Amino acid sequence: MHFFKLILRNTLRHKLRSGLTVLGLVVAIIAFGLLRTVVDAWYAGAEGASSTRLVTRNAISLVFPLPINYQERIRKVDGVSAISHASWFGGVYVSEKNFFPQFAVDAKTYFDLYPEYVIAPQEMKAFRADRKGCVIGRKLANTHGFKVGDTIPLRGTIYPGSWNFTIRAIYDGAESATDTSQFFFHWNYLNETMKKAVARRTDWIGVYVIQISDPDRAAEISDEVDAMFRNSLAETLTETEKAFQLGFVSMTEAIVIAIRIVSFVVIFIILAVMANTMAMTARERIREYATLKALGFGPCFLAGLIYGESLMIALAGAAIGIVLTFPVAAQFSEQVGTLFPVFGVSRETVYMQAAAAAAVGLAASVLPALRAARVPIVDGLRSIG
Amino acid sequence: MQRSPDLDNHSESPVHTEPPGEPVVHIRQLSKCYHRGGQIIPVLTNISFDIMHGEFIALMGPSGSGKSTLLNLIAGIDKPDSGLLKVNGTDIAALSESELADWRAANVGFIFQFYNLMPVLTAFDNVELPLLLTPLARDQRRRRVELALSMVGLRDRMEHYPSELSGGQQQRVAIARAIITDPALLVADEPTGDLDRSSANDILAMLERLNRELGKTIIMVTHDPHAAQSAHSIRHLEKGELELKKH
Repeated sequence: MHFFKLILRNTLRHKLRSGLTVLGLVVAIIAFGLLRTVVDAWYAGAEGASSTRLVTRNAISLVFPLPINYQERIRKVDGVSAISHASWFGGVYVSEKNFFPQFAVDAKTYFDLYPEYVIAPQEMKAFRADRKGCVIGRKLANTHGFKVGDTIPLRGTIYPGSWNFTIRAIYDGAESATDTSQFFFHWNYLNETMKKAVARRTDWIGVYVIQISDPDRAAEISDEVDAMFRNSLAETLTETEKAFQLGFVSMTEAIVIAIRIVSFVVIFIILAVMANTMAMTARERIREYATLKALGFGPCFLAGLIYGESLMIALAGAAIGIVLTFPVAAQFSEQVGTLFPVFGVSRETVYMQAAAAAAVGLAASVLPALRAARVPIVDGLRSIG
Repeated sequence: MQRSPDLDNHSESPVHTEPPGEPVVHIRQLSKCYHRGGQIIPVLTNISFDIMHGEFIALMGPSGSGKSTLLNLIAGIDKPDSGLLKVNGTDIAALSESELADWRAANVGFIFQFYNLMPVLTAFDNVELPLLLTPLARDQRRRRVELALSMVGLRDRMEHYPSELSGGQQQRVAIARAIITDPALLVADEPTGDLDRSSANDILAMLERLNRELGKTIIMVTHDPHAAQSAHSIRHLEKGELELKKH
């Protein structure tokens, strides 16, 4: 009990110094948590991917489409239980900064493959009945204040022209990690418009989404699908949805690595600040440590006092920092809009914040504790704090 | 000051039953030197003397004469280079650091010039500190601390922090801390060096009473001839060598 009393009172001895150190830790822990959450958000698509879905794209590049007539051939492959398709639209809503993903999909089948998109049956019915209708996610609706019945005008970039869609449904995510920032509309509408405008661009889709019944056969089915179209004009590359999503992440991997490095640099900087605080603290108290040693207390007791004080400061900073990370992350998410469709502080991030703070607390006190433990009593008693 | 039966009769407290005539401190051919910037500076050279049980001696001498070094060696907070140093029958030069720490906790009470109290602990907590190294229960510790603080006249100030006490009062707390484990030996390094004359007299009177009534063996380093008068004998150190004056 006295041990903890001594640690607590020593911690509160220089309130300004301890307070500023805690403040530094709070800022560092929030920054660390926020950067880790950004990295998590980068991988959110891959994390939320289903193991029973495969994605087939053009083997040359994602920007090249695939013919619609592949669909029936793929459907016949053993192990394929359902198939649908999606095409990247790439429209602009008012200005480029309002980016959100837009897909032209097969309205009849697409949502059967994505049970995580929860849509009210009557809204789904309304969407399927309206060729110019669209389905949007809840986050997208909240960001722009969209509601069912509103019209969303998009300026086409890949598919030129002005496009107007009526919101017929708003989907929610079945899980918190479900991306609800997307926009879906009828591929038939896109295809028929293209027939009139640019005939050679008709009957093409972006990717096929394949539902398989046995995830263990994913590689085998992928090979079989790709083999069917080998040496054709549009060879395919089939991979799991997770691998497909990770392909996007790998395009920006350098940014992810940079963010990761910065997150650890932040921790290293606060470690230096904390180590300085503890070094000053221990240096000032050398005579007290020598007195305790003279009274019979061992080096472990002294080291425990220093480690305890350092950990108390670190954990106070961590506790406040972790609590504040949530509102800061929410504010950040609001500011970036739909750039990060899934943006939430994960449990792992909280554990990493706590672990980083504890590591800082322990590492910062190693040298001061060693010094206090080793200082000869006679030298310590002579020192002026 | 009455010697309290509580402090004496605690079965947990160290019982010092030195036979009369047996020295508490037995020193033979003790030498110590320091290394400073590649130079060897002899501080004590072949010191030999005994301190008997219940003695109160003052160590005097000019600065650098080695009196504090000698006190540190006897108290077990420094180690000699050569010679024999037995305290309370134990050859303390042969003890390891951890054995020495345990030995100090049980056998030596320290009184420092600048009191060396923990500023974040109350007078009560400061006095209780050495008892945390004993197996005494909280109630037993409390009784002992209250008694020790009563003995130094600070029973009513036990919840005060050092910063709320005068220098003399702080030194009295330090004395209570020094006697709380009932050690055989009290070592005091300039215990009145930071006090005004009146407070210094109080402290010296207290040390005399501890020696006279509790039978504590006291070794006091001082520059002050007036303080030294409280001791039974004065030993002068001059360039690391010892001479005895009795009064």
